[in-house]
Amino acid sequence: MKKTQNVTIKGTKDGLTLHLDDTCSYTELKNELDRKLSNSSRVQEEAKLLSVKVKVGNRYLSEEQKEELRDLIRQKRNLIVEEIETNVLTKEEAERLKQEGEIVSIARIIRSGQVVEVTGDLLLIGDVNPGGTVKASGNIFIMGSLKGIAHAGCTGNDQAVIAASVMKPSQLRISECINRAPDQGTEEDDKVMECAYISEDRQILVDRLQVLIKKRPNLTRFEGGR
Amino acid sequence: MGEAIVITSGKGGVGKTTTSANIGTALALQGKRVCLVDTDIGLRNLDVVMGLENRIIYDLVDVIQGRCKIHQALVKDKRFEDKLYLLPAAQTTDKTAVEPEQMKELINNLKQDYDYIIIDCPAGIEQGYKNAIAGADKAIVVTTPEVSAVRDADRIIGLLEKEEGIEPPKLVINRIRSHMMNSGDMLDVDEVTTHLSIDLIGIVADDDEVIKASNHGEPIALNPNSKASIAYRNIARRILGESVPLQQLDKEDKGVFSRIKRLFGVK
Ligand SMILES: Nc1ncnc2c1ncn2[C@@H]1O[C@H](COP(=O)(O)OP(=O)(O)O)[C@@H](O)[C@H]1O
Ligand SMILES: [Mg+2]
Repeated sequence: MKKTQNVTIKGTKDGLTLHLDDTCSYTELKNELDRKLSNSSRVQEEAKLLSVKVKVGNRYLSEEQKEELRDLIRQKRNLIVEEIETNVLTKEEAERLKQEGEIVSIARIIRSGQVVEVTGDLLLIGDVNPGGTVKASGNIFIMGSLKGIAHAGCTGNDQAVIAASVMKPSQLRISECINRAPDQGTEEDDKVMECAYISEDRQILVDRLQVLIKKRPNLTRFEGGR
Repeated sequence: MGEAIVITSGKGGVGKTTTSANIGTALALQGKRVCLVDTDIGLRNLDVVMGLENRIIYDLVDVIQGRCKIHQALVKDKRFEDKLYLLPAAQTTDKTAVEPEQMKELINNLKQDYDYIIIDCPAGIEQGYKNAIAGADKAIVVTTPEVSAVRDADRIIGLLEKEEGIEPPKLVINRIRSHMMNSGDMLDVDEVTTHLSIDLIGIVADDDEVIKASNHGEPIALNPNSKASIAYRNIARRILGESVPLQQLDKEDKGVFSRIKRLFGVK
């Protein structure tokens, strides 16, 4: 049997990391992992659960395989897998990530009864009329009036925001949170250039656009400049 | 080859039939050959508004099902030497008796003989609507300055914009009551047009004369002295490509007081 190690355990100040070699076969890796975790188990019955990161390098693991590794590690020791990190993405995942990072721009009026749904951020050049709906997995930016329904982060992203030049929605949704317009519309309020986001206590707040600079600094993608 | 214009709205009772009758009449007065087509099967009344009810022999469904030739079903309006005809809707058959493809063929046939085919559409967005728009080249959406009517107009515009063969629809705002607009109790023309963001082709005041005229089977456009008549004639001229300014609405009660009220946000 080869002498090289396929499994190495490193302790950092953030916790344990398991490095799993990416050149050996999966079975080989599993066996060695099993052996190693059994060997070095100096009895630590009383110890609390430790979280561990697993790095698998350039190995692609299917969901079943990930599950198998998690179980294995969990069974052998008082270790809990916090995450499995791989450098490899399937084509579908890459495609989805690319789409989610994109800004989809649409120039039209979303009218009563119409629903527009995009993956990624939505940039709407036009209005959402009452009875119309826009949905995005990311953020929603509307350069006209929002008078219908907007649902940002619709696949479960709490960080998503909605911004509109004129903010008079009938309903706002971000991730799982819903916020409907007050029954008595305060007509004369200034509803210009406002944004909506989820606060710490999971309520949708509407505020002036500029608060996003503080609340959602990740909106900035620009990396150059001075 | 003529062009077919469908008059539609989504909501009922906003003035599609009245608008169809009057635009048709006004175009005929301008010397165009016009055929009015009533597609409101089961609830026909364009014939009544035109005063042609008694002369109906065959109807649209008879033509489509081959019981008669088109020319046998067309009712001639004797007030306009050979300029204005009506193809009435069936009163008894149900609307599923007609398919959009058949309507398209029928309208295409009529386009050979007439300058304008004006199609009066039933309310709603189902079969009757689909039949009405099937052969149309252009569309006019009628609304009143009421929130519910505007909402339905928005829905219809959304559907019309998806139809490949139809030009972007134009808007008629009907039954305008200037005192209510001025007091802010009714949406004003600007609010409606910005909301719907399509081109405005005419505004028509709410006018008792319209109702009287319709009840006598004489579309108001025949009477040169009423405000609504001029409004419909203007729409016809705009259809013919003239640029006619919008009619002035009464502004008398838009005094200092109402402006101050607006300033302070009092309705
Ligand atoms: N500009 C107007 N002023 C006053 N009454 C009107 C006007 N337009 C339509 N009406 C009336 O409103 C009612 C509904 O109009 P109609 O044309 O039959 O609507 P629709 O065809 O859309 O159902 C009729 O009684 C008609 O006379
Ligand atoms: Mg009607």
